[in-house]
Amino acid sequence: MIHTDICIIGAGPVGLFAVFEAGLLKMRCHLIDALPVVGGQLAEIYPQKPIYDIPGAPAIIAEDLVKNLMTQIGEFKPGFTLGERVDALDKQDDGSYIVRTNEGTEVHCQVVVIAAGLGSFEPRKPAVEQLEYFEGKGVHYMVKKPEQFRGRRVVLAGGGDSALDWTIFLADVAERVTLVHRGDTFRGAPDSAEKVYDLAGKGKIDLILQAQVNKLGGNGVLKEVSVLGNDKSVTSIPTDDFIPLFGLSPKLGPIADWNLGVEKSAVIVDTFDYATNVERIYAIGDINTYPGKLKLILCGFHEAAIMMQSAFKYVYPDQKLSFKYTTVNGVNPF
Amino acid sequence: MINIFIENDLGERQALEVPTDMGFNLMEILRAYEYDIQATCGGMALCATCHIEVLEGKDRLPASNDQELDTLDTLPNADANSRLSCQLRPSDEMDGLVFRLKALQEA
Repeated sequence: MIHTDICIIGAGPVGLFAVFEAGLLKMRCHLIDALPVVGGQLAEIYPQKPIYDIPGAPAIIAEDLVKNLMTQIGEFKPGFTLGERVDALDKQDDGSYIVRTNEGTEVHCQVVVIAAGLGSFEPRKPAVEQLEYFEGKGVHYMVKKPEQFRGRRVVLAGGGDSALDWTIFLADVAERVTLVHRGDTFRGAPDSAEKVYDLAGKGKIDLILQAQVNKLGGNGVLKEVSVLGNDKSVTSIPTDDFIPLFGLSPKLGPIADWNLGVEKSAVIVDTFDYATNVERIYAIGDINTYPGKLKLILCGFHEAAIMMQSAFKYVYPDQKLSFKYTTVNGVNPF
Repeated sequence: MINIFIENDLGERQALEVPTDMGFNLMEILRAYEYDIQATCGGMALCATCHIEVLEGKDRLPASNDQELDTLDTLPNADANSRLSCQLRPSDEMDGLVFRLKALQEA
């Protein structure tokens, strides 16, 4: 069990900056994110795009903003659990919470802050018959441990960078690799596409273009995939594993089950302190909604500052909060 | 002002009046009509949550740029009629366009 003052769900820009605002008030934070890296949308959707509306930073590349935020909060030594999704919040008798992830990690905290953006990023699932039935029985939406595919027959589907990269990597690991792609060209990194064509030319992988996997078959475990060509031809390929790689899309997920006020996939908060309708649970950044809400990083930063002042009473119930400027007081690391 | 048509799963078509002179893209217009489109990336052709299937008038649309094609490539249910509505800026040539929302079916 991890113990902290404040558990922040979501390690995007707003969740990260919230650590700074908490730190100024001597409150420790632990962050949990479904993505394997920090930065949220900035890392997953637009790492190379410039952002123009961060005060004091005329144009900053998204991944640089994440790096700067990590530097800014470094002194407050936040804890991180990455690549795990929060599934449950369990209220304790003393009012505190235990936050549980899908991998069994438990974080005990006084206050929960939901800074989850548009929810957790989950793999896009293609329309394939029997796909969900074979999850955990041969269907994988990401490659976590490449070694598990050693000596196995693997079919990948997709045309983006991750489909190309894993095809190249698994060509040396798996017994047989087949890549199925809907289009007839790859617009992923040209180098990777070149390499895939080369591997196919040398017979090291099978490349099936202008086709998609439409059906899975097997008896308890995956045995074959059916491939439907754009010309309506149907081919059956024997395989042990099927890895569809079609990117990630955000889902509100379990947040919808926490008895919070929700409107159009956003959590309703009071603008007095960005508290939800449940005591000790706050929501900041793109995940919240209120009259006049703007989904801007800078608005999330503001919400984080106000919200932490309100959370102080749960972490230090016996102390009086006195507001201090960093210019007067500096930043006092833990 | 032009008229475009959005078709639902039952095949019914609803006409939408769309201004061509206000600088909105089609995704923004659909949101203004309160269609439940997430538009996660805000119009950068990166998230595909505004995915539409063009049923009539595809040839009158400007070609997709590389970013839009890249993103469409990551979608399991995209085909030759797929577009991202955030990349379409209503113009007189689009009058009479008929399309379906694909993003809703993915949610």
